Amino acid sequence: MSKVDLSVNIGSLKLRNPILLASGTVGYGNEISEFTDLNGLGAIITKSLSLKPRKGNPPQRIVETAAGMLNAIGLANVGVEVFLKEKIPFLKKFDVPLICNIAASTVEEYVECTKILTEEETIKAFEINVSCPNVREGGLQFGNDVSKVKEITQKVKEATDKPVIIKLSPNVSYISEFAKAVKEEGGDAVSAINTLVGTSFDIVTRKPKIFNVNGGLSGPAIKPVALAKVLEISRNVDIPVIGIGGIMNWKDVIEFMIAGASAIQLGTINFIDPSAAGKIIKELEEYCVKYNIDKITDLTASYKL
Amino acid sequence: LFITKAPVEKSIELDHNIYLLKIFCPEISHIIKPGQFLNIRVSESMYPLLRRPFSVCDAENDYFYLMFNIFGEGTRILSRKHKGDLIDILGPLGNGFNLNDNFDTAVIVAGGLGAAPFPYLTRSLDNEKKIYTFIGGRTHQDIIKYGMKNIHVSTDNGSEGFKGTIVQLLEKEFSSIESKKLKIFACGPNPMLSALKTFCIKNSVECEVSAECAMACGFGICQGCPIESTVHPETYYLVCKDGPIFNVKDIAI
Repeated sequence: MSKVDLSVNIGSLKLRNPILLASGTVGYGNEISEFTDLNGLGAIITKSLSLKPRKGNPPQRIVETAAGMLNAIGLANVGVEVFLKEKIPFLKKFDVPLICNIAASTVEEYVECTKILTEEETIKAFEINVSCPNVREGGLQFGNDVSKVKEITQKVKEATDKPVIIKLSPNVSYISEFAKAVKEEGGDAVSAINTLVGTSFDIVTRKPKIFNVNGGLSGPAIKPVALAKVLEISRNVDIPVIGIGGIMNWKDVIEFMIAGASAIQLGTINFIDPSAAGKIIKELEEYCVKYNIDKITDLTASYKL
Repeated sequence: LFITKAPVEKSIELDHNIYLLKIFCPEISHIIKPGQFLNIRVSESMYPLLRRPFSVCDAENDYFYLMFNIFGEGTRILSRKHKGDLIDILGPLGNGFNLNDNFDTAVIVAGGLGAAPFPYLTRSLDNEKKIYTFIGGRTHQDIIKYGMKNIHVSTDNGSEGFKGTIVQLLEKEFSSIESKKLKIFACGPNPMLSALKTFCIKNSVECEVSAECAMACGFGICQGCPIESTVHPETYYLVCKDGPIFNVKDIAI
């Protein structure tokens, strides 16, 4: 039995610890399970699913930047049907809450996906991606529009009894207005932040390095931005925040929790060290013991401004 | 498939900015196959952030070798590693060349640093198989002969060997290769692979190529390394997981 209570709640979702693996950085769980004990995690969030399979963007999809990376995968995924048939059986073998991330081009598609997936008992909650910067329809078009975020939250909530988390875009002036809209429509939590829009050029060919021209910036380069967004939401809206953006180690986790996060997601680090989650959970516990923190929830929004 | 830290045994500057790193790592050297790759983290700092994929150049007993040129910050750091420095390795990754099918002659076609996977392939072929190695580059400085046998060279500027592309040289010498059943193994820039594909289809020759693409993870979770498939056009192959070795007919290049 652990000396420290690492458990956290996200709405009605009870997690054994605050370490989640971010959508798009764990696939459907099978590859990363070779490096990390999935059963020890707070939750895993699967790659964005759309109603139909999506091929994704042509290469080049990834470019490294200073302390970060740009990606424009274009929501390549197997679609809801194949996910249920071929990916869920593997995930069922683990005792880890499964959160399904949904991406869509229309409000109706979000609802349709949710209705189908909510029937699957292995899925414990939904994360709605209204903020993918790499697809033409949906994505940021929704994430930049408070009324659309409101509408999507309301309709998805109607389609399921399970907790609904809205993944917010940082590419807005006041992220707290979006969090407020989610709260008003009954959303259970927000994830902040998705990637920042960025680009990169080849100085010889003068062409963008990424086929899609723009990509989403992630990694330690965006951590200060993410922290400021989490803090902004925490100070203005009473809703659980799942912090995400450039978290590389346990110290980053603590920092996000102090800034207002109830839980966090590991993203880019999974590409570099797919065994990082297990280490971070252990180190988090050691920190709590050292500083006499009985419950990790005591850290959330414990900032002294 | 695992992550490990292994010590550098020796760093060798082969020639013209080309480096060979000898690494003591029995857990990898004994299982890795020609054509597979390793994803290397060159430093623990945040820059460079991502791992760098390298084909295994050779493996013998408890050691494996990486071959690279200084291309950017990551390879610059790697070139400065000394005996005893620990290298953070994820691997072995990818599928590797298929050396078990029925052929009596291996024809290796390498462009520039595309030579990297072939010392190990050359060593791994059994002695009864004949080997012809075609190595091309822009100039003589790009020609890497380390660990290769029966070498035929071409350069774009004619500074060494045949003046022209390596596929042109292969076309010219192809009829003189005596073989009942030959198989081509290739690695190099896309224009070379593209010309080679045309050649192989025209001459009905089996050919496996090692493809290249920018990637982050190396084992399938980032989805960063798509390559167009001619077999399943509705989806991409991932270079890291479905490759990096492909039958040349199966990919659009």
